[in-house]
Amino acid sequence: MKILILGAGQVGSSAAYHLSREEANEVTVVDKRPEVLRELQDRLDIRTVVGHAAYPEVLERAGADDADIIVALTDGDETNMVACQVAYTVFHTPTKIARIRAAEYMNARKLFTQDAIPVDVRISPEQLVCEYIEQLILYPGALQVLDFAEGRVRLVGARADNRGSLVGQKIRALKEHIPNTEGRIAAIYRDGKSLQPDGDTIINDGDEVFFIAARQDVRVFMSEMRKLEDPVRRVVIAGGGNIGVRLALALEQNNQVKIIERNPERARIISEQLNKAIVLVGDAADEELLLEENIDNVDVFCALTNAEEANILSAMLAKRLGAHKVMALINRPSYAELVESGSIDIAISPQQVTIGSLLAHVRRGDVSKVHSLRRGAAEAIEAVAHGDNKESAVVGRRIDELKLPKGTSIVTLVRGDEVIMAHHDTVIETDDHVILFMTDRRKIDKIENLFQVDVSFV
Amino acid sequence: MNWTVALRILGLLLMMFSLTMAPPVVVSLWFDDQSWLPFVESFVFILLAGTLFWFPVRHKRKDLRLRDGFLVVASFWTVLGTAGALPLWLADVPSMTFTDAVFESMSGLTTTGATVLIGLDALPESILFYRQQLQWFGGMGIIVLAVAVLPMLGVGGMQLMRAETPGPVKDTKLTPRITETAKALWYVYLAFTVFCLLCYWAAGMTFFDALCHSFSTVAIGGFSTHDLSIGYFGSTAIDLVAIVFMILAGVNFSLHFFAWRNVSIGHYRQDPEFRAYIFVLLILSAIVIGSLSLVGTYSDWDDTVINGLFQSVSIATTTGFTTANYAAWPGALPVLLIFASFVGGCAGSTAGGIKVIRWLLIAKQGAREIVRLVHPSAEIPVKLGSSAVPFRVVDAVWGFFSVYIVVFGIMLLAMMTTGLDQVTAFSAVAATLNNLGPGLGEVAAGFMTLTDTAKWIAITGMLLGRLEIFTLLVLITPTFWRH
Repeated sequence: MKILILGAGQVGSSAAYHLSREEANEVTVVDKRPEVLRELQDRLDIRTVVGHAAYPEVLERAGADDADIIVALTDGDETNMVACQVAYTVFHTPTKIARIRAAEYMNARKLFTQDAIPVDVRISPEQLVCEYIEQLILYPGALQVLDFAEGRVRLVGARADNRGSLVGQKIRALKEHIPNTEGRIAAIYRDGKSLQPDGDTIINDGDEVFFIAARQDVRVFMSEMRKLEDPVRRVVIAGGGNIGVRLALALEQNNQVKIIERNPERARIISEQLNKAIVLVGDAADEELLLEENIDNVDVFCALTNAEEANILSAMLAKRLGAHKVMALINRPSYAELVESGSIDIAISPQQVTIGSLLAHVRRGDVSKVHSLRRGAAEAIEAVAHGDNKESAVVGRRIDELKLPKGTSIVTLVRGDEVIMAHHDTVIETDDHVILFMTDRRKIDKIENLFQVDVSFV
Repeated sequence: MNWTVALRILGLLLMMFSLTMAPPVVVSLWFDDQSWLPFVESFVFILLAGTLFWFPVRHKRKDLRLRDGFLVVASFWTVLGTAGALPLWLADVPSMTFTDAVFESMSGLTTTGATVLIGLDALPESILFYRQQLQWFGGMGIIVLAVAVLPMLGVGGMQLMRAETPGPVKDTKLTPRITETAKALWYVYLAFTVFCLLCYWAAGMTFFDALCHSFSTVAIGGFSTHDLSIGYFGSTAIDLVAIVFMILAGVNFSLHFFAWRNVSIGHYRQDPEFRAYIFVLLILSAIVIGSLSLVGTYSDWDDTVINGLFQSVSIATTTGFTTANYAAWPGALPVLLIFASFVGGCAGSTAGGIKVIRWLLIAKQGAREIVRLVHPSAEIPVKLGSSAVPFRVVDAVWGFFSVYIVVFGIMLLAMMTTGLDQVTAFSAVAATLNNLGPGLGEVAAGFMTLTDTAKWIAITGMLLGRLEIFTLLVLITPTFWRH
């Protein structure tokens, strides 16, 4: 597939990284900064073009004529929209994806239609990050929550501790503990390394366990891994930027929300937007302020400013002052690795959250979702089976009859509202959502091919 | 330094190279010239050597860094020069010393075309074919071929190609994937070879000669199957075919690629380097033909034109085919032609020399200084076509130029130390460093009379010229080895 990425910022570069690793893709990146592109081309097998991303001449040089997908990820919403318009009008690019930051554009009706601004998919990093944090707050104790099959199934990562009822026992015991639920342990990380779990694996204190379960069963599963925490009541958000305010708006109905903003002018503006949440003017790393606001009683402290170093430090401070759980927005993967094992409970990478959802739209055929697990050691993939026995290589076949690439396993099927745990003799039916785990992302095109409906397939 | 990865790739490349012993065996059996044994022996030996490098580290799959790229390319070309010499050394006819065999093989691979053999017409066909084949693989670059057929090199392929591709700007990719770029280059190269073969054949060569000469023409090599080179055929048609394909092979292959993909020749006319290249060839031919006819070297006007044109194109593109003994031409012509070989072909072609684009940039900077003297406060960028050339590139051109001159000076002195007269030494260094082939004086016909030391200096010169000096030079700097 020929993919054109506009903008070599953080999300643009990591999208180029992920996509170019898959053999079937040909990636071209456009940016105005030659030095950034040179560095990127040294690392990745891609082509780079220097120039303004929305100019037709630049797009033509970048090969827009035969591009299958254009992904506009520059800093400017306007540039992204114009680039999609140009791609649509001049080059007839089939799929156009754009990052749109401003909620004002996102909420406008009738704006993104083929006869106005032809953007097929709009991605708002702020919104995605906000939803991601909401999920984490909804399931206290979870490290990562990913939705599959429109939220009917969730993949949850949690750190096991001694108070969970399954800890210290074999995974096989799960069936006896909670007989009426459907779920499965998909991956375990111990001391930073991944284990391939089977029935005899014993879960230890401190393991990071990833399980898949129907939405209503997630809490029961969680109680197997660790002591179930009380629902979150008190939340403090550091940083009144777009993400902070969005999150405050989403949480303020059911929780006590405080939001700390340094700039008095900005604080006034957001206080007018919010209804119940309290806006505090001050520095999130000010010990006095935090103590004053009873930081030791706070359930969740989220550091969501633009400066990742400040986020790390204020989250660490809040943790030391007694906040129950702290989260920090961290862009650099190396920082996230550093702090996650120790002082900060959850590092949220806007980049990774955005990439997961972005890549899902780039997928060909019926692979509808690809998410990286924390630390990126494995991918969770959702694919939809279509067609009948004759047209599809998966429909009407038992799981052990499928030709899956090495290191891939089918974990769960979702059929209508029913969640079916996969066994070797489970037969896949049409319209099933199949959830797979795969350790080598490079083979993803094999999965795509497998699930593609082919009329000539015999 | 990533020794294990470098070794693994080196081993793979050697194993791949061992396969190139197969075509000469086929040729040998076809002509029944009794020379297939050395090729089979070399095949086994090179395959074993490659396996020896590769086997212990076959599971190391780290990505190749920029530095490793230099190491792999430089050591591969060095090892290849030696490995390629094996069949020549092992063969009974011709019986060659080790030095001579390495000289011949390196001269082939670097597309120099200088030879130490005499009596080519009597040699077995398989040996003749093998020499031409070496040039053909060396022309587009055996690393480029490896990147095209070994997809697992990935990003590493980029680092390797950068260390092998000639020219000041090495980051331009024809396609997003480096493998596809390498394939595209080889397809264009292959197409030219086939076309050239057909033209030679139609112009009256035997099929074998046409095949052999098409290899050394598109590679801008200069090896021939006859002592008299192209002059052996004495056919104007063949001379013209050679002229056309030498000119084409001296053009940047990405231009050919764009022309082929867009089915238009607009790219050629817009490219400043191409225009300068044609301009240089025209001026040079005009001067040579003019001088020849003034002095009256040839009685016939047709002879004057065809010989003048052929020799100008052959020397200026650094091919080194001859139809006439140009070393005996009157006045400054022989030295003028040797000077022309310093210009060479375009960047990204199979030609040697300093490359037209570098001269163009140097000339433009000269012009800029003149304008600056008149308008001291003017801001004057160095432009190629409509876009300004980045300072880094301009800087790099000067760096390359000065190193080229220093290396030339050192090699000239070294050559003279071995007892050569100044004209011979000068032309021998020019002929090897520019990957040209024939020189003047003692080395006008070949390098057979030189001492072994002088031959090794020449071998070094050919390698330096083909890898554009820096790829080899970085390896002997402390900076490269410091962690």
